[in-house]
Amino acid sequence: MLYSDKVMDHFNNPRNVGVIDDADGVGEVGNPVCGDMMKITIKVDDDRISDVKFQTLGCGAAIATSSIVTEMARGMSLEEAVGITKREVADELGGLPPAKMHCSVLATDGLKKAVDDFLVSHGREPIAVGTISHDDPDFDPHAEEPEDACDIEAE
Amino acid sequence: MDATDRRVYLDYAATTPIDERVLESMMPFLTTAYGNANSLYSTGREAYSALEDARERIAKLIGADHPNEIQFTGCGTESDNAALLGIVSRKSPQGGHVIVSSFEHHAILEPAHALEKRGYEVTYLAPRKSGHIAVEDVEAALRDDTVLVSIMHGNNEIGTVQPIAEIARVAHARGALMHTDAAQTLGKIPFDVNELGIDAATFSGHKIYAAKGIGALYLRRGTPFEPLLRGGGQEFKKRSGTQNVPGAVGLARALELMVEDHEEESLRLSTLRDKVIEGVTSRLENTVATTLTEPRLPNIASLLIKGVEGEAMLLQLDAKGIAVSTGSACSSGSLEPSHVLLSIGVPPEIAHGSLRISLGRFTTEEDIDYFLEVFPPIVERLRSMSPVYEKMFGSSAK
Repeated sequence: MLYSDKVMDHFNNPRNVGVIDDADGVGEVGNPVCGDMMKITIKVDDDRISDVKFQTLGCGAAIATSSIVTEMARGMSLEEAVGITKREVADELGGLPPAKMHCSVLATDGLKKAVDDFLVSHGREPIAVGTISHDDPDFDPHAEEPEDACDIEAE
Repeated sequence: MDATDRRVYLDYAATTPIDERVLESMMPFLTTAYGNANSLYSTGREAYSALEDARERIAKLIGADHPNEIQFTGCGTESDNAALLGIVSRKSPQGGHVIVSSFEHHAILEPAHALEKRGYEVTYLAPRKSGHIAVEDVEAALRDDTVLVSIMHGNNEIGTVQPIAEIARVAHARGALMHTDAAQTLGKIPFDVNELGIDAATFSGHKIYAAKGIGALYLRRGTPFEPLLRGGGQEFKKRSGTQNVPGAVGLARALELMVEDHEEESLRLSTLRDKVIEGVTSRLENTVATTLTEPRLPNIASLLIKGVEGEAMLLQLDAKGIAVSTGSACSSGSLEPSHVLLSIGVPPEIAHGSLRISLGRFTTEEDIDYFLEVFPPIVERLRSMSPVYEKMFGSSAK
């Protein structure tokens, strides 16, 4: 199993680590039993993400994907932010090992939850609910991803 | 030396470098005396006598009654597969019962699953919390139709050593044969097939400074055995295939070197091992040794670093030139944390933060000092990035 240089860069020098104290939205996903937990906090101005920070407990891929998602999301509209896919995150990092695709990419779900948290707390309709894989009772983080999901072959 | 250029290898339980003295013993059979040990001309005869000499020396060092109780194999995994499948299917072709421990290496667990598919019943015996198999648990699991008991000698992740002699006694009392996977213990602690009373044992070269690609299986004379590999009838018809003469010669030399100074080396390594455990647990809160119950191997320190994921620690240590291993799910690509840690009751969320530091011949005190200097800030940094560390462990005592 190999990580790309970009994954290693984001793992060793993660961007936007921390918590926004007066956050407009908070999203938390994961489960320590699986080994991965993630919390993302966002500031929203004019329905655009003006600031975003994360905290992650997890493997190299979990930390690197969290880091890159915060970079991708900054400046995006709420709709754009909840539209970020795992595939796009993996592509942005130069690929992820297949075994890491499904369970380690918590950040897209975390971001969706943070956006919905912002919307609901402002009396608006959530826009990501139903698309959050970690909230799906049938979600199996250990399931195999389709073969074309990743660029780097496992082992 | 620049810190980033420094290389500290602390994963000797995974594999070892070849000792130069071992390499030297192998060289003639890689270059000039390259003959096939089964050929009748002189270079073949030369290889043959070296092979048989290696077999004799190994047999003597493990207290075997006859050299031909040693068969050379390709690796520890092959020896494990051959022992389990070969003994069971010959001794009891119509089915029966097998006992293995639940924290065996996969090289035992997978053939055990294969036996189940063929209709055998397998008991996966759980170790006690200390990481040891209790003799009375084996006794309770034995049945009239138990064919074979296979319990590893030293556990590769947590380093606990099992009471093999006592287990062999209770197994034999019920008519079962006894195999042990000694890949981690050979040469590190006393190993005598008659003192242990075993019928079969697995050895691996690359754990004791011999080459990768050479293993051995001890099989007591008269033990029923069905070969895995059939062909030219080498290794007393038990393991066909042209023998790896340089590998075998190296294995014999490596074992001699291990046995030569094993007492002093055990003491040196266990002192360094305890320094690792004491150093980590005193410098970092919420860290514990996985087990401190003896008997344990002198060279393995198994630690649980709470609130951190193992792969993250491993990669950060690697960036500092330090090689270790972890039982975290993510290290293996299997996505489940170590079955060994789960088997002794370590909760999954803690098992994800396990770290194995295994020492060997070339480990120095300076290596350990460097590790102890580099490691705490890595853990502190990763914990500071965690959304749950304070909540889960922050207020708890050491």
